[in-house]
Amino acid sequence: MSEETATPATPPLPSPPALETALGAHPFLHGVSEDGLRRLATCARELSLPAGAFLLREGGEADAVHLLTAGRVVLEVQVPAQGPVRVEMLGPGDIVGIHWFFPPRRWVLDARCVEPVRSIALDATRLRAMLDEDPVLGYAVTTRLLEQLYHRLERVRLQRLDVYGAKP
Amino acid sequence: MTSVAGRAPLPLAIGSALTPRPVAIRSLRRETASVFTWTLDLPEGDDGFSFAPGQFDMLYLFGAGEVAISISGDPTRRDRIVHTIREVGSVTRALGALVEGDHVGLRGPYGRPWPVDLARGRDVLIVAGGLGLAPLRPAVYQILHDRSAYGRVSLLYGARDPSDLLFRDELEAWAAAGDIDVHVTVDRADATWSGHVGVVPALLRRARFDAARVTAMLCGPEVMMRFTVRELVRLGVGASDVFVSLERNMKCAVGFCGHCQLGPSFVCKDGPVFRHDEVEARLAIREM
Repeated sequence: MSEETATPATPPLPSPPALETALGAHPFLHGVSEDGLRRLATCARELSLPAGAFLLREGGEADAVHLLTAGRVVLEVQVPAQGPVRVEMLGPGDIVGIHWFFPPRRWVLDARCVEPVRSIALDATRLRAMLDEDPVLGYAVTTRLLEQLYHRLERVRLQRLDVYGAKP
Repeated sequence: MTSVAGRAPLPLAIGSALTPRPVAIRSLRRETASVFTWTLDLPEGDDGFSFAPGQFDMLYLFGAGEVAISISGDPTRRDRIVHTIREVGSVTRALGALVEGDHVGLRGPYGRPWPVDLARGRDVLIVAGGLGLAPLRPAVYQILHDRSAYGRVSLLYGARDPSDLLFRDELEAWAAAGDIDVHVTVDRADATWSGHVGVVPALLRRARFDAARVTAMLCGPEVMMRFTVRELVRLGVGASDVFVSLERNMKCAVGFCGHCQLGPSFVCKDGPVFRHDEVEARLAIREM
């Protein structure tokens, strides 16, 4: 598996209507209005990464949110003397990257593609500006982010309990 | 006839239900560093062992004690008794020191089984965490023996890390055969593990089932089952379609002693498998 950050392949850029359709089909944006999807499509681009590439790296600028459409991504934390510890696997229908929303807007872990991955990346700077300008769209996206965070928090809580530890 | 205490003896059926019979360890297989599987011979004079998936036996070792252990074998293989045991306390550690040919005491089987028959014609979700796969394995065998009687069948299984996964050969064989969808996850792993990482409830989003006609069978740490039930309900599964296997301190195994009492139920006799809505309120009582 390559440790290199892959240069994103550059597939033919979908026409905006195709991106709108792809965004509307993603579970994260289910229920968002057609107008909202049209606006979001203006800051979206499709990404295609090979297995082993990093979708994001700890410390890097949190410049996008990724809506996964194909392939699996594993979230890794670098542990001194242990190397990367895998803490969660995400796949199609999930989103990767939440730290673009708040300062200091830096990734706090690595996201490595374990197989070829496709995502729709929303440019963070333009997205934040769009959500500020359009409170309806801003509310729609923010509540979805909160729901994602809530579910992730639940999963982390269960993980932290280490429920499989042997107890006499 | 009177007992030594001068009281009337126990009725014969109950007396025999409390009396262990010696059985020999036919074979021993190490599953993980702390988990092993025994295949036991039948008690002398028996011509077959019958049990229903989800039931348990009481295993007794003279001088160490007696423990309730789920049966983990194939219910159609009546010539053997299979148990998968984790070395976690003084009795199970003593059991873990035995070798092939040694004898233990056995009584059983006991308890209410998984609703494998009730699930016929429906989708089935089998959700296991850690050692919880052992009591569910007989249900998998039974469903596979009669595969066409069921809709989509998914096995979701989680462990702490890859070295704790049980029955890996079988998991791979079941996945390769394609009769059931097998999803395995671990709570954490290093970079050598390419499988799923995350908690068991997260696997539910990957399983294919019709929430309106699915039967879910859950076994694992109680907290894991609670989180899983919450996610199932979120996905539209009815609480009456979810079954859980509970673990309490069982002693007599026939509902006399009260060690395993959970409100009005005895886990040994009325369980260990319960419909979740029967016990949900009781599980929420912190003192219990």
